Amino acid sequence: MSTALAFADAVHAHAADLAAPANEVKGGEKVAFWILAPIALGGAIGMVLARNAIHSALFLVCTMLSLGVFYVINAGPFLGMVQIIVYTGAIMILFLFVLMLVGRDSSDSIVEQLRGQRLAAALLGIGLAAMVATGVARAFDDTRVVGLGRATQDGNVPALAARLFTRYVFAFEVTSALLITAALGAMVLAFVERSKKDQMTQRQRSRERVSADSYPAPKPGPGVYATSDSVATPALLPDGTTTDKSVSKVVQTHELDAATTKAKG
Amino acid sequence: MSMHLADAGRSASAQWAADVRPVADFGTEAVWLVLVKVVAIFAFLVVMTLFAIVFERKVVAYMQVRPGPNRVGPWGVLQSLADGLKLAFKEDIMPTKADKVVFFLAPIIACTPAFMAFAVIPLGPEVSIFGNSTPLQLTDSPVAVLYVLAASSMGVYGIVLAGWASGSTYPLLGGLRSAAQMVSYEISMGLSIVAVFLTAESFSTSEIVQAQADSWYVLILAPSFVIYCISAVGEVNRAPFDLPEAESELVGGFHTEYSSLKFALFFLAEYINMVTVSALATTLFLGGWRAPFGVIEIWSGANSGWWPILWFTGKLIIALFVFIWLRGTLPRLRYDQFMRFGWKVLVPISLVWILAISAVSVLREEYDLSQRGLLAIIGGVLALALVILLLVPERKKTEEELDDELAIRPGPNANYPLPPLDLSIPPNPRMKVLEHAGAGPAELGGSTDKAGEE
Repeated sequence: MSTALAFADAVHAHAADLAAPANEVKGGEKVAFWILAPIALGGAIGMVLARNAIHSALFLVCTMLSLGVFYVINAGPFLGMVQIIVYTGAIMILFLFVLMLVGRDSSDSIVEQLRGQRLAAALLGIGLAAMVATGVARAFDDTRVVGLGRATQDGNVPALAARLFTRYVFAFEVTSALLITAALGAMVLAFVERSKKDQMTQRQRSRERVSADSYPAPKPGPGVYATSDSVATPALLPDGTTTDKSVSKVVQTHELDAATTKAKG
Repeated sequence: MSMHLADAGRSASAQWAADVRPVADFGTEAVWLVLVKVVAIFAFLVVMTLFAIVFERKVVAYMQVRPGPNRVGPWGVLQSLADGLKLAFKEDIMPTKADKVVFFLAPIIACTPAFMAFAVIPLGPEVSIFGNSTPLQLTDSPVAVLYVLAASSMGVYGIVLAGWASGSTYPLLGGLRSAAQMVSYEISMGLSIVAVFLTAESFSTSEIVQAQADSWYVLILAPSFVIYCISAVGEVNRAPFDLPEAESELVGGFHTEYSSLKFALFFLAEYINMVTVSALATTLFLGGWRAPFGVIEIWSGANSGWWPILWFTGKLIIALFVFIWLRGTLPRLRYDQFMRFGWKVLVPISLVWILAISAVSVLREEYDLSQRGLLAIIGGVLALALVILLLVPERKKTEEELDDELAIRPGPNANYPLPPLDLSIPPNPRMKVLEHAGAGPAELGGSTDKAGEE
């Protein structure tokens, strides 16, 4: 919920930011950044540390939402919305779907299989993060980003559309072909072929129900009489004969002997 | 380093603001004015919810020929208030097997995006509030409709997490169903809106309303409107698509374990979502806050000042009525049929329709077609489709099928009695008495006695 509120805040902050005349420094962006950056970072750390897979996924959702708002603040409103709709709205929901199917108690095992691997992984991870951060910081330390205003002259969305459908149209199409191939592959792997003939249609099923060998009414209950209250006693039909339909075939019958019937305690 | 990037971002966002600020100036208002609008929208949504609940119960009651709630307030209009109070004072139960934190957060996650989505819905044109000229809309952005979609996709989390966190089987099944359902129907909903984007050439809600000044999109984009309506019902889990909370299969679905205010939040979220998708339908297809056809000819001031709120609310209530009408009329779909309908019917039709719209707009640009020429082409295509449909032979029920049915008819040895095929109904003994007395068809009750006395 904090994310949702923060998101609303950021949208408002952004709206306020829009009000600023060009080149005037306004604090809305900074405020939004300092609210959302801890959430994004906390979400990322929480995702790694959470024991429960669903909690992990929720922390990741926090991070993705914050990233989406960052995009919006950095003048990429379309990218921000698509990030939220596609990543948090569709992909993470599918993740949750699978995790829920697996079961709620499938927490991580806390037994360490390889000795010292946690420490090693932590050290290497921190090292990698430090390396990437330094690299990026050095690369952009004295780089001024120019030309964004010129590139998005007609607004962010038309500019993005123009780029996607002219200069990068081939890359765009190739990516989509790749994704479709992957989806098809997954479907081929998961698809179990069943011929139409083996499946009963609804019509056949309803006919089967009222056919001569079927009995559509509820089955008679087990016989409970003065002489016996055992479920193994067959019920009596109106003509006085017994019916074995009332006796469950699953329950095993066995004779009671003196030892089991003796009063206990 | 961060300063440079921030600079670039700021100048870019200022640039963006200067270029694509739609219709009105959003963000230049005083803070108090924005706060007033926020509170007003919140109040509007809550009042609409209270109204919608009573409205629904009254309309469904009328359709089922019974009075409906009629004890609290005049004609029962305060029933929702009483229900709200009752819910607040109920015992709040936390199931033992629930995941405490997620169980607590789920109703809040369901409710918050429902409120958020309304921020970009235009309720009216510019009006004057205490001397400030301002549009009747909290905010707008070049991606406003995408923002509504994003908010609705966040709302799914509330339901899915509620189902999972309850720690019991039926809610889990409800949560799984809603995850699959909402993701699928969001796709067809998004595709149906694409046609509006293509026609209005904008994502901004106020610009879309502006673009419908001449003709509403429900007329020129009728297939999109139909698909939007169907998928909106699926998106907000209303009957006949209320599978996540199908009471005959899943007890209460995702909210089985919820009680008290947490349940009330789900209730609130469902009704606000209903109001929001109706408002979006109004904005995208029904001309937004514009007066209905003909009104503007009689009365030129209908689209200015505060009057548009009336038109907007009227359209909203008609859309809500359709939701209720559907609930009162249609039985629930089977789950597999429902998913098949979404993926194999709605999505392909949307795709073909988008293709057709793009083709038409390209043709118009390339060949400089007039409106009449375009209509002639569309009419020609439709006529051709109609002819092809007429040529397809109709499937007849043959004599053989009747023979088949007779062949599988159980004989006298069936497990249950069947009437004989050559059954002749014996004459009604009462009718005999009446004929004897020479009376016509008797009135109900007591007429045989009278005949006997004579």
